[in-house]
Amino acid sequence: MKPAEFYQRDRTWQPPALTPDYKTSVPRSPRLAMLSLQGSMSEITGPTFGHSHIDPIDNDLIRNYAKTGDPVGERIIVHGRVLDENGRGIPNTLVEIWQANAGGRYRHKKDTYLAPIDPNFGGCGRTLTDDQGHYYFRTVKPGAYPWRNWVNNWRPAHIHVSVFGTSFSQRLITQMYFEGDPLIHKCPIVATIPDPRAIDQLIAPLDMNAAIPLDCLAYKFDIVLRGRRSTLFENRLEGN
Amino acid sequence: MAQPLNYLKESASQTAGPYVHIGLAPGAAGFDIYRTQLGEDIAGPDAPGERIRVEGVVLDGTGAPVKDVLLEVWQADAAGIYPHAEDPRVADCAPGFRGWGRVITDFDTGLWSFDTVKPGPVTGRNGRMMAPHVSFWLVARGINIGLNTRMYFEDEDNSADPVLNLVEQAPRRETLLARKVSPGLYRFDIRLQGEDETVFLDI
Repeated sequence: MKPAEFYQRDRTWQPPALTPDYKTSVPRSPRLAMLSLQGSMSEITGPTFGHSHIDPIDNDLIRNYAKTGDPVGERIIVHGRVLDENGRGIPNTLVEIWQANAGGRYRHKKDTYLAPIDPNFGGCGRTLTDDQGHYYFRTVKPGAYPWRNWVNNWRPAHIHVSVFGTSFSQRLITQMYFEGDPLIHKCPIVATIPDPRAIDQLIAPLDMNAAIPLDCLAYKFDIVLRGRRSTLFENRLEGN
Repeated sequence: MAQPLNYLKESASQTAGPYVHIGLAPGAAGFDIYRTQLGEDIAGPDAPGERIRVEGVVLDGTGAPVKDVLLEVWQADAAGIYPHAEDPRVADCAPGFRGWGRVITDFDTGLWSFDTVKPGPVTGRNGRMMAPHVSFWLVARGINIGLNTRMYFEDEDNSADPVLNLVEQAPRRETLLARKVSPGLYRFDIRLQGEDETVFLDI
């Protein structure tokens, strides 16, 4: 069986464009209906990456920007799998992450929060999944930080995650939250997601089995990308 | 009760936020960390075809440029071949052609640009040819899930393109056409909202 089109994206599960409690979405949300396309060659293909593009240290945020020592903060491993909706691991796909430091400050020329930059923390990492779709990073737990929306909004601790899959139509950026954080359910960005089960799916549980005793804790975070049909019957996707 | 289907659900998208560059283009965030930045060279030096530059801005509903947007583009080579195993002609794809680019804006003006070769027509569904086009995906603070669209070229024959012809209101097809500014230079502005809102695609 040849793989065919991707399952349609569930737009009742994904956040809509216009979510007024997240104010910046108001001027940046399209108001007309999207045009739904059946997948063509332009959508079922996408960029691929190899080990020549990245270095082994790129997934170690404790060491990949260290200058005078390790960064400040709670040492953690973040690990999991990139899967498709059929439950199959997606091998050799690029996972990129970025985050604030332990004090809630980003290393970005546009971030002016009063918490200090950590001289030993860059805040980004990247890796390729293995042949079963597994990935892992080592980092420090990011801090919560305030942002301008309502006057007293705070982002829960989170790590941004960018994933490719095998096709341009699977491209996804999301955020990983941490089990037990009381800020999660106060956040207007989290609340752009309409279904509470979809929010739960973004909250990584503490994973003591993956923690390293006397060294670091661990959180487990699986990422699910769109699945695709198998061609039970020919549907002439490529048209030849 | 019927049997459960037990499919997994796609992870919900969350905005890329204002600091997306830290993760995807740290040089633009203001620091040097990786040996390579991904997506800077779309076509490579040796791919045949017309060398072009595409520039534009993304505008919000008030007409202001979205200065913190990040775009990714994906396109076929000049012969209409994607560098991907599922393109049946992949063995003939231009040497060194990547087809994928990551495009960042000037933080002061919101202007972005990228250099590439002009793509060729691509075989679409049921053998219908699609006019030359570049697929776009854009993320930013305030955008909850990445927006997909396509850019076509005003100086190509787009009359039979099966995607453009799906746009019910014919004048809106114009929002997907890059304007030729001068030889080798095209302009493609994307409007998120309001008058002349760009046609976005649910792909």
